[in-house]
Amino acid sequence: MQIDLRTVSIKPVRQTFDHIARRFGDKPASRYQEGTYDLQQTDIFHYRPLWDPEHVLFDQKRTQVVMKDWYALKDPRQYYYGSYTIARARQQDAAESNFDMVEERGLVDTVPSNLKQIALALLVPLRHVEWGGNMNNSYISAYGYGTAITQPCLYHAMDHLGIAQYLTRIGLVLGGPEALDTAKDAWMNDPRWQEMRRLVEDVLVTQDWFELFVAQNLVLEGLYHPMFFDRLDDQFTANGATAISMMTRFMTEWYAESSKWVDAQIKVAAAESAANKEIISGWVQKYRDRAVKALAPLAEVAFGDQAGAVMGDVVADFNSRCAKLGLAI
Amino acid sequence: MSTVFIAFQANEESRPIIEAVLADNPHAVLHESPAMVKIDAEGKLVIKRESIEERIGRDFDLQELQINLITISGHLDEDDDEFTLAWKN
Repeated sequence: MQIDLRTVSIKPVRQTFDHIARRFGDKPASRYQEGTYDLQQTDIFHYRPLWDPEHVLFDQKRTQVVMKDWYALKDPRQYYYGSYTIARARQQDAAESNFDMVEERGLVDTVPSNLKQIALALLVPLRHVEWGGNMNNSYISAYGYGTAITQPCLYHAMDHLGIAQYLTRIGLVLGGPEALDTAKDAWMNDPRWQEMRRLVEDVLVTQDWFELFVAQNLVLEGLYHPMFFDRLDDQFTANGATAISMMTRFMTEWYAESSKWVDAQIKVAAAESAANKEIISGWVQKYRDRAVKALAPLAEVAFGDQAGAVMGDVVADFNSRCAKLGLAI
Repeated sequence: MSTVFIAFQANEESRPIIEAVLADNPHAVLHESPAMVKIDAEGKLVIKRESIEERIGRDFDLQELQINLITISGHLDEDDDEFTLAWKN
């Protein structure tokens, strides 16, 4: 008896979901596409919410920015739940081992005391700003429109919570539990922090979710992250406080990654129409000027005589970034 | 001219790689078999890191190709940016 082996090719009846096939054609779709596109509920809202009878439950009119297709705001990192959690878990492991190293070897004792004071005075109260970032991005994912942008905003919110926790741990490592109370007191009462606190609190109550996105993710982060986690970090490293740089490594990495996503959103939204470009540019100007004012006294703590020059550099970098995104500022 | 080819396991990870290869090599021909795809190309086939990165949205090391690679034919010229198959004789 003779047996012939042969392969039989079985064509799947369908390659992906119908709504994905309508967008991209009937071919195998990536998990990001399947977990993102057209998931936002668009129809059959029976009742208007009592707390906002002007709008339906999910409404495109909750922002002044107008997009023909909100799914044009896609995430270049292609984060869906799986890829996001895997990426962050890996970074979390690295951060944990950095903290372990600092704690086990007692590296904090090698940090010069003036730099330790700067870290305690700036990085620890900054956790309240990060918490604002968490709230704002949660708001965007609740009231925004289109899964393409609301999904990564929720991840962004969790990232901010993570950063706030790392900053808290830095406070604990450097100064023990009292450091957190001192930082809270500085946040509430120190005149140098009040401008920043006012800005964060004003942003917290902003209703237009895209305005919030511009204020929080583009302007605020675009100015204070480079200042604290790039310029100040360079100063720590150059003067023997590498231990602090080890503990803020996640923030530096995270900003490089997430700012690419923010850039992609702004670029697409501003390119959609002249009206969008004008609105977004206006928001950038409004919040940039306030953020610069709020950061000025903090830059003085960090850089002393160099504060003006460093601020100037950071703002110039930010302006050229905005110009690249097609904004008129 | 003779043909070079490369074959990958057909899965979620190799899909963007295959898309990138077909976009960069318009003369390449795709053969889909069960659980495997084979790409034939006359003369030369180039795989570019940049075009794969564009599709997957993260940094890519060309050596990650090996995970889903089944077989290749041709002389291989590999550096950080490109993975090139060609018959050099």
